[in-house]
Amino acid sequence: MVVAPPVETSAKTYDCREAYSRTLEEMAAQDKRVCAVINDSVSSTKLKKFKELFPERFVNVGIAEQNMVGVGAGLANGGMVPYVCGASCFLTARAMEQVKVDLGYSKWNVKLCGMSSGMAYGQLGATHHSIEDMAWTRIIPNLTVIVPADPLETEQVMRYSLRHDGPMFLRISRVPVPKVHDRGYQFTLGRAALMNDGDDVTIITNGILVARALQAAKLLEERGIFARVLNMSSIKPLDSDAILKAARETRGIVTAEEALTAGGLGGAVAEVLALHHPARMRMLGLPDVFAPTGSAEFLLDHFHLNAEGIVNAALDLLGAKK
Amino acid sequence: MAESSLKHLQQAANLTRIRAMSMTHHSQLGHTGGDLSSADILTCLYLGGILAVDPEKPYWEQRDRFIMSKGHCSGAFYATLAARGFFPVEQLKTFMDPLSMLNGHPDRNKLPGVEANTGPLGHGAPIAVGAALAAKMRGEHWRVFVLTGDGELQEGSNWEAAMTAHHYKLDNLTVIVDRNRIQQGDFTENTVQLDPLPSKWASFGFAVREVDGHNHEELMQVFHSLPLEPGKPTCIIANTIKGKGVSFAENKPAWHHGVPTREQLLLAAEELGVEVPW
Ligand SMILES: Cc1ncc(C[n+]2csc(CCOP(=O)(O)OP(=O)(O)O)c2C)c(N)n1
Repeated sequence: MVVAPPVETSAKTYDCREAYSRTLEEMAAQDKRVCAVINDSVSSTKLKKFKELFPERFVNVGIAEQNMVGVGAGLANGGMVPYVCGASCFLTARAMEQVKVDLGYSKWNVKLCGMSSGMAYGQLGATHHSIEDMAWTRIIPNLTVIVPADPLETEQVMRYSLRHDGPMFLRISRVPVPKVHDRGYQFTLGRAALMNDGDDVTIITNGILVARALQAAKLLEERGIFARVLNMSSIKPLDSDAILKAARETRGIVTAEEALTAGGLGGAVAEVLALHHPARMRMLGLPDVFAPTGSAEFLLDHFHLNAEGIVNAALDLLGAKK
Repeated sequence: MAESSLKHLQQAANLTRIRAMSMTHHSQLGHTGGDLSSADILTCLYLGGILAVDPEKPYWEQRDRFIMSKGHCSGAFYATLAARGFFPVEQLKTFMDPLSMLNGHPDRNKLPGVEANTGPLGHGAPIAVGAALAAKMRGEHWRVFVLTGDGELQEGSNWEAAMTAHHYKLDNLTVIVDRNRIQQGDFTENTVQLDPLPSKWASFGFAVREVDGHNHEELMQVFHSLPLEPGKPTCIIANTIKGKGVSFAENKPAWHHGVPTREQLLLAAEELGVEVPW
């Protein structure tokens, strides 16, 4: 666990895809092995500028995700470091066997950037939601899985990915988020960031929900309940130590994720607890359903993935009045 | 075809166009370019009497199956289904609203008349092959139509399905390609080349015909001559214009998912010779 007190939550919000593409351009300028592979659209992957700057290191395979991941593995075979970027729903679902065999099993050094993950494409319907990607990617041996929370963490995760030798899945949302990390924060693989300390209850979350968890902690504090908030951006490897410490030091754990809880962050935390230190838990996320249609904001509220929902889950877990 | 029926179809297609654009304006999301390029094909199939479907009995077993593989063009598809009577035209106003049955991409569990949940490209053709195989297995006479985008054909699943269709001699299957030559980010031939597309399909064992996908007479004529060759699946390459009928949207990649302003909606209606519905 690394201690990372949040910055004063800014009113201004950011699309983390900006930080990802800017960092990728910088990395490509410094390292000639860096290249990008996309499926059709440069705009949804924010790689228009990358294409202009490095046309010879930019590959558009067309609308063909299986091909895209396989081509990534081949580029890695040839000594390049490919960033394979596409909407998370198609990148994972369509190319899952390539992810399993060409990345996980073969250990090719390919970086998958799953864009607009979770329910970012709310109105487009369940085909375009990527709520399964956490469960699918997390179970693939050798695949590192990271969900950054804000622009700074996105930038750090991108830089880290180039130093990391091995396949990775980075989940990058388009849902606007405030900054939650201070300039001094340093992303560390396999380490959760302690965003808020407390010993009544622990909230474990990541991605676009970190800001909401911090709001929930504030609301709980007004009731005299002190919540520990962990940003578990590193889903795999997971920070088991931080989870077990939380289980020992607080009265229970609430997980909150923009994904199916089965197999996702909730599932991952539960696996650690069940084996080493059974603890009371509440899991927020999607139960065993496809989401209806509606904007991302609407759907997050619909599934109680907001400050109020997290507060209620914590109160319920503590047996306190709502 | 009689002059009057052709006129009627043209009017219906343009109504579908403006309805689709109004839906996209309403939700501020949608796929205008592909809605407009496919409107004539959809209109001929559903309102020109080609598809044997019954809105009163959407799950009638003997029905012809139409699969909208380019599910992102739900605007034109929903507007056509409503015009054919599968649900009230009024309902189009709920496009992509919270909890609406009119998802951004069609959902068969929510909307009668939808055969398959599409949206991820490259799903329609294999499903169509299965539905055509089922007709053969059961000795039934329904036909299966699938409409794909052209960019969509970059997905390998289409070609896997094509080989199956040829192998099983599925002459009850017709693949229609909306050949508007534009995909999401650019022209298809600047992205990943598809040409020579007709000979690709022919080499996969299909009877192929190229038509003007906006000429109702040509479309109706080819639909009436199916199968083009007994014992072979058919591929109709409908040469179309993305954004057809609306000058500012025609042949412009940016209008793939362009959203019209109110002013643009009014201008489009004027060019199409129809009223803005709401
Ligand atoms: C598997 C998959 N990958 C990517 C997308 C994103 N996408 C939606 S529409 C589209 C372009 C489709 O182009 P085309 O098939 O030519 O359709 P049209 O021009 O008729 O709209 C893309 C890439 C998708 N829907 N499914």
